[in-house]
Amino acid sequence: MIIASPLAAYLLVAALLFAIGLAGALTRRNAILVLIGIELMLNAANLNFIAFWRYGPHPEALTGMMFAIFSIAVAAAEAAVGLGLVIQIYRHARTTDLDQMNRMKG
Amino acid sequence: MVAAGVIALLKQPKRAAAAALSIGSLGVSLLISLIAFGHVLAGWANSLAVRETVNFTWIQFGSSTADLGWVLDPLSAVMIVMVCFVGLLIFIYSTGYMAHDENFTRFFCFLSLFAGAMLGVVIANSLLLLFMCWELVGLTSYLLIGFWYQKPSAAAAAKKAFLTTRVGDIFFFLGIVWLFAQTGTLLFYNHGFGSMEGFALAGLLTQHTNFGLTVAGAIGLLIFAGAAGKSGQLPLHVWLPDAMEGPTPVSALIHAATMVAAGVYLIARVYPLMSAGIPLIHTGEVTGTTAALTVVTWVGAATAVFAALIAVAQNDIKRILAYSTVSQLGYMMAGLGLGGVAVGMFHLITHAFFKALLFLGAGSVIHGCHEEQDIRHMGGLKADMPLTFATYAIGMLALSGFPLFFSGFWSKDGILEAAHSGAIQGPYYLLVFGALLTAFYMTRQVSYVFFGYWRGHHTAHESPRVMTVPLAILAFFAIALGVIGTPAWPWFRAFLNGRSAPFSLHGFAEPGLALLMITSSCVVLLGIGLGWWLYGNKSPKAEDPDVLEKAAPWLWAGLRDRLYVDEFYGVTFIAFYAWWARVADWFDRRVWGGIVALVTWLFGLWAQLNRLIDTYWVNGGFDKACEEISSSGGLLARVQNGRVQFYLRILAVAMIALAAILIWSSRA
Repeated sequence: MIIASPLAAYLLVAALLFAIGLAGALTRRNAILVLIGIELMLNAANLNFIAFWRYGPHPEALTGMMFAIFSIAVAAAEAAVGLGLVIQIYRHARTTDLDQMNRMKG
Repeated sequence: MVAAGVIALLKQPKRAAAAALSIGSLGVSLLISLIAFGHVLAGWANSLAVRETVNFTWIQFGSSTADLGWVLDPLSAVMIVMVCFVGLLIFIYSTGYMAHDENFTRFFCFLSLFAGAMLGVVIANSLLLLFMCWELVGLTSYLLIGFWYQKPSAAAAAKKAFLTTRVGDIFFFLGIVWLFAQTGTLLFYNHGFGSMEGFALAGLLTQHTNFGLTVAGAIGLLIFAGAAGKSGQLPLHVWLPDAMEGPTPVSALIHAATMVAAGVYLIARVYPLMSAGIPLIHTGEVTGTTAALTVVTWVGAATAVFAALIAVAQNDIKRILAYSTVSQLGYMMAGLGLGGVAVGMFHLITHAFFKALLFLGAGSVIHGCHEEQDIRHMGGLKADMPLTFATYAIGMLALSGFPLFFSGFWSKDGILEAAHSGAIQGPYYLLVFGALLTAFYMTRQVSYVFFGYWRGHHTAHESPRVMTVPLAILAFFAIALGVIGTPAWPWFRAFLNGRSAPFSLHGFAEPGLALLMITSSCVVLLGIGLGWWLYGNKSPKAEDPDVLEKAAPWLWAGLRDRLYVDEFYGVTFIAFYAWWARVADWFDRRVWGGIVALVTWLFGLWAQLNRLIDTYWVNGGFDKACEEISSSGGLLARVQNGRVQFYLRILAVAMIALAAILIWSSRA
């Protein structure tokens, strides 16, 4: 069975979250929802880190936790940048529909 | 020849330069020939047989060679002096005669070329060189006869001359080839190895061919055929009268003195071949005859009489002289056949002078009568053109063989004497009859032209001095040359045969000689008397029929129409040739032309096929391929649609695929 151990369970949840996030990032039309998807992917990755830290060789060291906190900080920064880009796009094109952003079409 | 080349490059207006070059170069040739003659003379005086040769190899093929060379012996020495001297006089005459003609320069170019070629024929030691110069002489004759080529009759006459002599030349060439094959050498004299020397001749004599002829005889006959063409003997004489279309100096030079003499010279040159087999007596004259020489004699005699008969009924001043030339050439050939080289050649030399004199005189008459050539429109010129009359009379008397004073008498007598001593008397009687006719028609011509009263349109005038001075010089020689051939002092004969010649009146005392001289004198006087009696001072009107015509109209018509030889040729040979030419033309157009058209059509077909392939297959295929590329390009361009999510999707799928492959490969 896949959920043989608690680690496996955590990893599975993380994978699920990642897939949902990916699906969302790739299929949603709205730009903000794409950002949400990306956040979700990042969080799933965080979860993966924590799981491996908790059930890994050195659970008492703070390695995993530091990594996750860094990751959250980076995610936040990146979300800010992403939102800034979306606002600029909205200002320019008056819509957030990503399907219409095909000016790079070749 | 050099002069000819240079003049050919000159432009038309430079007449003085052209004339000067021609006359200058011929003058130089004359000087050289006189020096050579003197050399030979000195050798002869010392009882040496002078025969110097310069031979060199021209082409070498395999083991045999084609040699060229020059020979200087008494025969060529007298010929070159004669050619240069008579030629020079005629050149000077031409400056006056052709003064009105606009093609003056071209005329002198051709004249120089002719003189060069003729001299080449005379001094050639190699049959090949002789043949080359022979052909060149024929060519220049063509150019000069057809000098006024705008006249269709002149162009036709030139063509006729060339073609007729060509027929003879074919046989000549066959003879050359055969001789070369048999003897292995083309040279006449080559220190004992030449084709005219004993070694080769002996070889030729032992072989026989058809009709019981020896090879020597057969080759001799072939060469004679060539000479017959060039010298206007009986079957091939038809071109000579028509050749009078050329300017009179041309007629004088080529058709009286030199070119037609080339044939006689040729026979004299190959005389050892033609007379091979006859034992020579110590005086160098022949005792018997060979088959070849018999043919030569009979053809010559027949020609002499035939042409003389026709000359009686002609009305054009030059045509009478032309037929007279044919007749005299017959005499020369008969002389060669009967009496040997010296007899024929002596008549050639004297004939050259007085015939040139007569032609130049005729030219003077024509010039003075404003280009009138019909003798029925002349008359009474004795008073208007005295100098011309005097010289012309001298020439006419020389030609007729008027006794004792004129060279023609001695030379013709030489021939008659040889004929009389021959085995068959037939030629003798023919030649005597010919002499009678000669005197007759010349008297007729002179009385028509110079006596009686003027029947022309404008008044006649004497010719300028540049024309009459050569006449006078030639007249002098017409008389003087007789001196070297009389039986009292047979210098000429001895010179050619390499013996000594004492002057002794005993020469006249040879048996039968006096009788012969009296006979021929009587014949000549009879001829002149008959002519005078019939034509004398009478000057009938141009429209009236001739005296003889009234007497025998059929005969007259036949003679006037040249005994229909031309018509005969026209019906037989020329008709056949024309038919053949038509057949060839049909063949050429239909058959070869058809093949060419077929090939062209096939090519066209092939070209169309290529075009189709090119258009539909090659081009079409190419176009299709380009379209495919275009459309696939279009397809591919759709991938780049500028939508980020699309790119990312592809990225995701690719990564999953990569991961799968890695997991599976690491598992396996």
